[in-house]
Amino acid sequence: MTYILQQGLNSLQLGSIYALIALGYTMVYGILTMINFAHGDLFMVGAFLCFLAATFLHLPFVPTLLIAMIGVALIGVVIERFAYKPLRQAPRVSAIITALGVGIFLENFTLVFAPYPQHVPTLIKNTTWVIGGVSVSSLQLIIIALSLVLMVLLDFIVRKTMVGMAMRAISWDKTIVPLMGIPLNLVISATFAIGTSLGGAAGVMYALAFPVIDPYMGIMIGWKAFIAAVVGGIGNIRGAMIGGFILGGVEILVAAFLPSTYRDFVAFTLLLILLIFRPYGILGKPRPQKV
Amino acid sequence: MSKESSDNGNWKNWLSRQWAKIVTNRKLLPVLLVIGLLLSFAIPQFGLLNQYIVLILIYVGINIILSTSLNLVNGYMGEFSVGHAGFMAVGAYISAILTTKIIPDSLAPWLFPLVVFAGGTGAALIGLMVAIPSFKTRGDYLAIVTLAFLMIVKSLIENIEVIGGPRGIPGITRLTTLPWTFIWVVIAVWVIRNFVYSKFGRGVLSIREDEIASDLMSVNSRQVKMLTFVISSFFAGVAGALFAHILQFISPRVFDIIKSTDILIMVYLGGIGSIAGSILGALIFTILLEVLRPLGMWRMVLMPLVLVVLMIYRPRGIMGLREFRWFVPGYDLIATNLWRKKKEAKDVSTS
Amino acid sequence: MFLQAKGVTHYFGGLCAVSDFNLNLKPNELIGIIGPNGAGKTTIFNLITGVYKATKGSITIDGIELVGKTPNQITGLGIARTFQNIRLFKDLTVLDNVRIANYSQSKYNPIEALFHTGRYDGEERRIANHAMDLLAVFKLQDYADEASKNLPYGLQRRLEIARALATHPKILLLDEPAAGMNPNEIGQLMEFIGWIRKEFGLTVILIEHQMRLVMGICERIKVLDFGATLAEGLPVEIQNNPKVMEAYLGEGGDL
Ligand SMILES: Nc1ncnc2c1ncn2[C@@H]1O[C@H](COP(=O)(O)OP(=O)(O)O)[C@@H](O)[C@H]1O
Ligand SMILES: [Mg+2]
Repeated sequence: MTYILQQGLNSLQLGSIYALIALGYTMVYGILTMINFAHGDLFMVGAFLCFLAATFLHLPFVPTLLIAMIGVALIGVVIERFAYKPLRQAPRVSAIITALGVGIFLENFTLVFAPYPQHVPTLIKNTTWVIGGVSVSSLQLIIIALSLVLMVLLDFIVRKTMVGMAMRAISWDKTIVPLMGIPLNLVISATFAIGTSLGGAAGVMYALAFPVIDPYMGIMIGWKAFIAAVVGGIGNIRGAMIGGFILGGVEILVAAFLPSTYRDFVAFTLLLILLIFRPYGILGKPRPQKV
Repeated sequence: MSKESSDNGNWKNWLSRQWAKIVTNRKLLPVLLVIGLLLSFAIPQFGLLNQYIVLILIYVGINIILSTSLNLVNGYMGEFSVGHAGFMAVGAYISAILTTKIIPDSLAPWLFPLVVFAGGTGAALIGLMVAIPSFKTRGDYLAIVTLAFLMIVKSLIENIEVIGGPRGIPGITRLTTLPWTFIWVVIAVWVIRNFVYSKFGRGVLSIREDEIASDLMSVNSRQVKMLTFVISSFFAGVAGALFAHILQFISPRVFDIIKSTDILIMVYLGGIGSIAGSILGALIFTILLEVLRPLGMWRMVLMPLVLVVLMIYRPRGIMGLREFRWFVPGYDLIATNLWRKKKEAKDVSTS
Repeated sequence: MFLQAKGVTHYFGGLCAVSDFNLNLKPNELIGIIGPNGAGKTTIFNLITGVYKATKGSITIDGIELVGKTPNQITGLGIARTFQNIRLFKDLTVLDNVRIANYSQSKYNPIEALFHTGRYDGEERRIANHAMDLLAVFKLQDYADEASKNLPYGLQRRLEIARALATHPKILLLDEPAAGMNPNEIGQLMEFIGWIRKEFGLTVILIEHQMRLVMGICERIKVLDFGATLAEGLPVEIQNNPKVMEAYLGEGGDL
């Protein structure tokens, strides 16, 4: 029992990181029907900004987090303006390949300055309590709580603010949006800013939880978060959160009961099975094609 | 000044006319193929080029097979498969197991074509399995299926101890030679070209354009998809087998998502739906990476920027949806004219 | 019986798009289906051609059940169609558009295709010539090597019919072929439909909004409204049917 609780807590921690990254994929997809494959690498940039702020500026946790989120958001907006915007009318794959290119660029640009894995200093004094046999660390609690706060905030923005409503209008039907006087470019920029800043926040949390970081760390985690978005139903914000927690749970449970080398195998097999039964993910809806 | 520029223009005109002559002269192609084959034997035999360049040429060949075969699914059929490295892994492992564990060393060079064929066949069988989800799913969801497939293959290999698990298979004999590479490239390009210019290939194109309309115009889309995945993965397997026997060491990590990404880049760089584009993409990608080697780590910073700029200015790649005449079957080029001539002749005789 | 539909009903979620649709089509007939926008006309074509699977009811051709068959199987049984919104293979040439529709008519297998055997050569020649002959019938032969998206709108509509005929159908379903045409063009189209019907020995079902076209050439007309069959009969009967007047006038249509 305590074992299960312990693993449950670990799943929540990993799941909240996946969920934050998955949100970025899903938001961009909802608006541009484009998979932003550079998103995993923006997560990595977030981790490195955290490393820079903590190591060289000796900043405490909160400013570090803000720097990482704002920095990544700026980069995200710039990428959209210069690399994706010219391709809005182009075939969809061109944008996807461009995103892959941007991702590779971010990885290797970081690699030039950080050829070796870097160690992130401790920003949060980590105290561990043992409650009924379950060890709970303050870091874990902060990661989970902070992710939840960010997700609730996002849900609020999307549902209740003007920007959020505009986002939902665009993802519903792009052609009517200019008719309604919505500034399309501004809303797309806002989406990128919000989506990537969540990825940046995830990068910071990941760097605190697993303090050795390298420029390629975003590839696998990015793909997995993307899968979480798909599992939840890509384009669906609540789906992305659910998908993130499911993926975190599956990975931790597999690692708990099987040799860790089976983790990917089980996770991806489950993904295939899920897609057979729910081809559009848990909360996604098929968009019927009219003939 | 003006004379000079017109001279310049004449000279350019002359050059472009010569070039047009070469590229439209279809009789030249077999001649070039024979010369190429002879050269591929002669170069290593007489040491015409240094070892390093021979190695690069072999990699160019393997990459041509990879990009041409991936273009079939991603360019011609318009899907987005990211699992090509998985098929490559299957071919590489099957062939490496055959040459390191089963076939005696003395026989291996003689049986090598069969070994490569076996690698391709194994990959093709797996390709058949990936084709099944493609009946129902398209686009992003099929991309996920291929990604999951790649991860599952990698993870399975990591967990099978008899084939080395995560450590892989070392000590593979270097059996991939320049002539073999050349021959396999020619086979791959020829077979894929033949497929593209057949009713099945036109079926592939129609699925990309409009799958529903295609089905309603009698195209058996399941059959077409199955064939496409089988052929594409067969040649990925062939490339994997050749790759294993030049690298001489394989492990699951060799065939990760980054490998798939490289092949994707070659395809979209060269141009979707074009054999000439695939060859060009493989050539440019492989050679550029070598030429930029002195830049050190900046090389991999520059490469993706080139890709991004290219995508912005040519979203379909260099040769996107266009083809070099050499790769189009002769009859296809003249079918309409032939019909017109026949018609005219008939009109004359009836009047 | 030739093409027969019995009690065909189709739901999209909770929306009943077609309810209890019946049809008895005799060889060489030309019947029209009319009805206001959203009445379920296109859905009926989609049900016959297998794009959607009918929720209830049966559709047979020469006694063979069509419900549950895939679109390409149904096309193979001799039913071809055009689309309300043109769905050509845009980036492909006019010739290829027609050749693609010859898929099941090309008698060679994948192995023969991979190695371009003699049989492949012969069949490809036959198909290319057949496609060109067909294009010539539609006066499209000079555009054979153009990408189909570059054709003017009227020619695209014509190409769609040519492509449908390349599948060697017995029954041709035309979904609003006169959409976007002026009265002059509609006159030509009427003649043209009558002509291909004789030339190819076709049975035709025509969906149309343009009353002139339907009343002019159809032998029988079915009127749909909100998925239900409102009336059925000869053009004169339909024209004088008060229920039909109401359905159309209510929509402000032109009768
Ligand atoms: N794929 C679909 N999903 C949901 N509803 C549909 C779909 N296709 C058609 N409908 C609905 O079914 C009804 C009939 O549509 P349709 O057959 O296209 O009408 P018509 O061709 O007579 O104008 C309409 O209300 C339309 O909105
Ligand atoms: Mg309609």
